[in-house]
Formats: sequence, structure tokens, C-alpha cells
Amino acid sequence: MTAKERMSIPPQEMPQQDPLARARNMEEVALGYTAEMAKKEASRCLNCPAKPCVQGCPVKIDIPAFLAAAAEGDFARALAIIRKNSLLPAVCGRVCPQERQCQKFCTVGKMFKDVAKAVAIGRVERFCADNVQAEAGEKAAPTGKRVAVIGSGPASITCAADCARAGHSVTMYEAFHKPGGVLVYGIPEFRLPKSIVQKEIDGLKDLGVEVVTDFVVGKTRKLADMKKDFDAIFVGTGAGLPKFMDIEGENLIGVFSANEYLTRANLMKAYVEDRAATPYWHGRKVAVLGGGNVAMDAARMALRLGAEEVHLIYRRSEKEMPARVEEVHHAKEEGVVFHTLENAKRILGDDDGRVAAIECLKYQLGEPDSSGRRSPVPIEGSEFVFPVDTVVVAVGSGANPLIASTTPEIETDRKGHVIVDEATRMTTMPGVFAGGDIVLGAATVILAMGEGRAAAEGINQWLAKH
Amino acid sequence: MSNKILVKTQLSANVWRMRLDAPLIAKERKAGQFVILRTTCEWAERIPLTIADADPEAGTIDIIFQTVGASTKELSLLNEGEEIADVVGPLGKPTDIKDYSTPGRKGWVVVVGGGIGVAPSHPIAQAFRQAGNRVTAIMGARTKELVIMEDEMRKACNDVIIVTDDGSYGRKGLVTEPLKELCEGEDKPDEVVVAGPPVMMKFASLATKPYGVKTIVSLNSIMIDGTGMCGGCRVTVGGKTKFVCVDGPEFDAHEVDFDNFIKRLSTFKAEEAAHKCRSGLFG
Ligand SMILES: Cc1cc2nc3c(=O)[nH]c(=O)nc-3n(C[C@H](O)[C@H](O)[C@H](O)COP(=O)(O)OP(=O)(O)OC[C@H]3O[C@@H](n4cnc5c(N)ncnc54)[C@H](O)[C@@H]3O)c2cc1C
Ligand code: FES
Repeated sequence: MTAKERMSIPPQEMPQQDPLARARNMEEVALGYTAEMAKKEASRCLNCPAKPCVQGCPVKIDIPAFLAAAAEGDFARALAIIRKNSLLPAVCGRVCPQERQCQKFCTVGKMFKDVAKAVAIGRVERFCADNVQAEAGEKAAPTGKRVAVIGSGPASITCAADCARAGHSVTMYEAFHKPGGVLVYGIPEFRLPKSIVQKEIDGLKDLGVEVVTDFVVGKTRKLADMKKDFDAIFVGTGAGLPKFMDIEGENLIGVFSANEYLTRANLMKAYVEDRAATPYWHGRKVAVLGGGNVAMDAARMALRLGAEEVHLIYRRSEKEMPARVEEVHHAKEEGVVFHTLENAKRILGDDDGRVAAIECLKYQLGEPDSSGRRSPVPIEGSEFVFPVDTVVVAVGSGANPLIASTTPEIETDRKGHVIVDEATRMTTMPGVFAGGDIVLGAATVILAMGEGRAAAEGINQWLAKH
Repeated sequence: MSNKILVKTQLSANVWRMRLDAPLIAKERKAGQFVILRTTCEWAERIPLTIADADPEAGTIDIIFQTVGASTKELSLLNEGEEIADVVGPLGKPTDIKDYSTPGRKGWVVVVGGGIGVAPSHPIAQAFRQAGNRVTAIMGARTKELVIMEDEMRKACNDVIIVTDDGSYGRKGLVTEPLKELCEGEDKPDEVVVAGPPVMMKFASLATKPYGVKTIVSLNSIMIDGTGMCGGCRVTVGGKTKFVCVDGPEFDAHEVDFDNFIKRLSTFKAEEAAHKCRSGLFG
């Protein structure tokens, strides 16, 4: 095929559930390509020599190579190429912010001057992962070394798999009753079916990893005590500490952190009302504060939990929103009302202490701040009030402090993130490694995955010497 | 970890005690801490319960609970030999135990337990006594039948004052009355620790406040994870937001915003009533 022919293949639209129907059910929104569509989309890749997409990928997957295999219909080979660098393609194909990573740099998108017309790398990745049984991969002979992996999010899953493949005996410890980290308690079913996460956990068990739930390291056992039983420890405890806005009315009935709101629905399955014992809040007019993936998930979950109106309130403009574009787009399609350049000032309650209304302030964009985004400046006297019965706060989360606060040997930075050696990923406590959100701050699945992998390498090198 | 129910006893019409096989928790737990458990696998909720007693050698912990909703009812239907799906802990900060004794005077701590609140009071009383203090317990209940753990409290404390609302056992009245009398005296308690129904905790706190007696309450807010991850358990203490599961469960009573705390406890009242009906466990 010539480059011209490739350029003339129309971008393959992702089949998806009808917006109004899906806003009221929990099923996955994006239905996935057919094999024909995956082949066509992969054929749009020009296989350009500079491979700018690879530079955009946080874990440097050989994207043109896997697309070439997919274009030939050899999805098994495509998946094998992806899996050389990424352990979680079914997850990342769904939740990576591709438009800011690989697809941002895609030559095809550049030629159309529209990143939305770049090769849909993530969608092809998802097709391969969903439709091909991954090879189990080799496992080295047992080394007799014991590794503990704390947490069960993407960083820990990856680290556990790589350590098990290297022949170490691995035990994973999770505080919750179900493993998976944010992938099970945070990201909703309609975006990431939980059966996909379960498959990854089952894969770990097949590799011989022992998974222990209901175990809070620092409480059930101190890390220093566990150190006596293990040759190396990986800490992947995530950024689970919800931030609030510190405004008046935040402790009224009907104000929730996004973590609580989503955990009730996702992990505890509260939406299956006739079975689940965990209740959820039946909000009718819901305000969600924030503009990231967490805010989008909370807003779209509110619709699915029966809300009549959902208002998303974000301080900056839509361009600055950290959420994936696809999620913003989906949220709008489903009827979430966007209030950009507005921010909550206080929450007003009724006599019973329940949320009755929210007062917001309007903003305009000023000079770029340290993050390079134009910082929002409040407009004096622009306050206005509108009635709501629910407020979900999704303005970010901090490092989980449980381990650092019970393990003085592990040093953290000003924000509570665990400090690691760049090359080895080892913390200030010898033999203890860390990665994922607990090191980076709330980041992404792909970065957590990459960190877990780098830490496993650090662990393998350390264990070869100790 | 097995979480097997080793012993199950009924303390009153709606109150049960269970001894669970939980060696790791038994070893680490200290007075004031709690566990979160789930009864069955797929649909159960996470219920926080105080550890009423523990035996690190035998590897057991004791929990005491009242059947107030569908989940505690379901828990009460499990029998000896059966296993509880999930038990995680010990959670929360331990009680700050110290010896208040000075030369010539033994330290004096009063523990106040209302209804099922006697369960958390028990290990706290034990720990303060062991540290060297004299411990007085005030145990309150609606009626004689609902007085629990009397023998154990008598063993753990130097004196025990029992009050019932209807006068069917001990003194007639509310726990706040003897509490006030103890604070009025020349020799005041060094510390009062209160556990029980929220409204009782509020009034116990109001009772000690005029006397400037240090008072600690053990709060039982709504929880999910119990590890500081959801903020559902938050309360206002001294004008600041605190998470009961990691910053507590014990706080300076005179700083707690009880009205907000009590209101927040009613968050899911309507949903819970509906679930109780659906569960079919309540006749
Ligand atoms: C609602 C939501 C939506 C998101 N959407 C996206 C998205 O679309 N794309 C994207 O790339 N990223 C997204 N993210 C971010 C992404 O999920 C995280 O960056 C990633 O999961 C971090 O992985 P991790 O392994 O570091 O930790 P986590 O996934 O946070 O896992 C940490 C685990 O450790 C456990 N733990 C904590 N402390 C202890 C302890 N002391 N003992 C035992 N276990 C402990 C926790 O219970 C948890 O299960 C989203 C996050 C949220 C909350
Ligand atoms: S119970 Fe979730 S933070 Fe306390």
C-alpha cells in the first residue's frame, strides 16, 4: 500500500453504546473494534522512519511494528510486541491518555492537522489484548528469594509479575478485600470492566504469586517486621488520600470525596441495590468539583446512579482539563453540564445539615503558572448560587501516608511522596523499593506500570548481590 | 488467615459476642483499635467493630455487636466453626495510655460505657489500670437485661457504677449523673473516656466540660475502607476536618462538633431502611 492509499483510509470510528441509553447503565461504553476495523485502522500507519509515536509512549512500545502486524491480521504477533514493554494492554488500551502520548506525535495526525485523526493506536492495542490469549511467557528457575509486593494496583501487578518471572517467590499484600487498586475501586465498570482486571490478577496467580487481601501493611504488620521474612519489598500503595477544598459546608450530609462516591459504586457494587448491602447516596442534582479523569468518572457515575442533573465545575477552561479527551467527550454526550472557569466557594445546607445549594465564583485565565497552564484568577463579586443536593469533590489526592508514617526509615518529600533512587528505584531503606502513584503523585496507569517494571529490575539486580 | 468463629455467645436479645481466630490482629492490636469485617463474599458491606478483647498467645480477638441493620443481623446468624469472609485490622490509633499517678496519689481514670459502648471501654479500662491508675467504670443501659460484660468490667476496674434508665438494676438515671458527681468532688478524675451512643457521648462531654476534666470520646462514624482513603468517616474536631479511621477513633470530646457528627451518621438512613426490608432478615 502506498502512503497515499493509507492516508485515504478513513479513521475507524469506535462502536459505542447510544449516549442516552448508556448514561443509565453500567455496561462498557466503548464496544471495541471488529477484526476488520482493527486491520483497517492499523493500515493507516505510514510506518514513518522517525517513529515519533514511540517517543510519546511512556514505556516505548514499538508501535509501528505492532501496527504492521495488526494490519496483516497477525494480532498474536502484535500483542507479543506490545507485551514486551507493557504488561497491561487491555487496561492501557482503554485508559491511557493517548491523545497526549503516542497519538499526539503521530505523523498521520500531523498531516491532517488534527490529533483526532491520528492512528487510533490505543483502540488497536485494545483489540489485540481483548482478542488474543497472551502467551504465558517463560519463568526462570526458582531463586529461593522472597519478595513482598505491597498494594495491588498497576505498579504492584507489574512488579509482582516481573519478579515472579525472574524466579523469586512473590507475595502480594492488599488492604482491601479485593485486589486491583484504583482499577477496581476507582475506575468504573463502564470504562474498564472489572473482569479485565480480574484476568490480570488470575495471571499473577498462575505465575505463582500469592495474593493476600485484608492486610494493611503498617497496621496488620509493620514493614520493618516484614523485612525479616522477605529479601526485598516493593511499595506500590498509590495516592489514595482524598483532598478536600477546605471550604465552608464541606462536612454537610451529601458531600463526598470522589473516592468514597466511586468506591461505594465500584468496589462495593452499591448500584446493584437489591443485592448489595452497601448503600449509595441517591442524589438528584449533583455538582462534581474538578476536571480530571476522577471528576469525569464521578459525574458519569452520578448519571448512572439516577441523577437528573449533573454539573461539573472546573476552575480553568476546557483546554486545561487533565482528563482524557474521550472522557470529556463522552461526559458531554451523556448530558453532564460543564461549568468551566467557575469554582465552588462554599456549600450551603438546610436545617437538617443536608446539602441544599452551592455557591460558585467565576474565574478568568491569567498568566501561565509553574505547570505551564494559564492560572485561573477569580472575578471579584461574581458569586452565584444554584440548588444541588449532592457535591462530589474530585480535586486530586495525596500520597497514602500509612507506610511512611509507620516506617521512619523510609524518607518522603514535602508532599509525602516516597523518595527513590532514580536508577534502582530503591527507597532510603535498603532492600525496600517503591513505584507508582506513591512516588509520582496521582499519575497514570501506564506510568505506574512502567515504574513497577523498573522497580522489578532494581529488585532483581539487588537480589543478585544480596 | 482463617477468621473462624471459635466461640459465639448471646449477651442480650440483640447483642452478640464472638471470639475469632485472627492471630496477626491479636498480636498487633492495642486498646482503642478496631477491625473491619465482611460476612459473605460478593455483596456484603464493610462493618467497623471495636476489638473488645484479645489474646495474643491464643491468637484470638473478641468482637461485640448489636444487630442494628441487615449486615449485623447476617453476622449474628453465623455459627461457631464458620468463617467470616474478611477481617482486617487492627485499625485506628491506639488509646493514649498513661499513668497519671503522682507521689501520694494514684492516677484516676473514669471510663464511661453506654449500652454496647461497654465493649470498647473494656480494653481501655484494662490498659489504664495496668499502667498504674485507679479505674472507675460507669456502665449505662436502658434496662437490666441490656447490661453487658459486668463481670469482666468488675475485674478490669477498681469500682463499677451501673445505671439503668428504668432503675431495674443499679442506679436509676443516665450515665451523666454519676459522671457529674465524680467531677464535682475535690479530687477530680485525671481523664474520662467515653464510648457509647452518639447522643450519650455528646451529653457526657457537656457534663465534664464545666469542670475542665480531660475527656476523650471514641467515635463510631460511617466507614468504608478504614485506612484514610475515602473520607466518609470525617468529623470536625477543633474546627478542623479529621478522619476517624486514621486520626481517631478517639478525640478530645470538648473539641468535637457532635451535632455535625450525629447528623452525618444519618446519611444513609433512608437507604438502610429500604435495604432492611428487602433483605428479608427482619420478618
Ligand atoms: C477514578 C480514577 C480514574 C482514573 N482514570 C485514569 C485513566 O483514565 N487513565 C490513567 O492512566 N489513569 C487513571 N487514573 C490514575 C491511575 O489509576 C493511577 O495512576 C494508578 O492506578 C496508580 O497505580 P498504583 O499501582 O501506583 O496504585 P493504586 O492503583 O492506587 O493501588 C494502590 C493499592 O495499594 C493499596 N494499599 C494502600 N496502602 C496499603 C497498605 N498499607 N497495605 C496494603 N495495601 C495498601 C490500596 O488499597 C490500593 O489497592 C485514575 C484514577 C482514579 C482514582
Ligand atoms: S473510612 Fe474511609 S477514610 Fe476513614
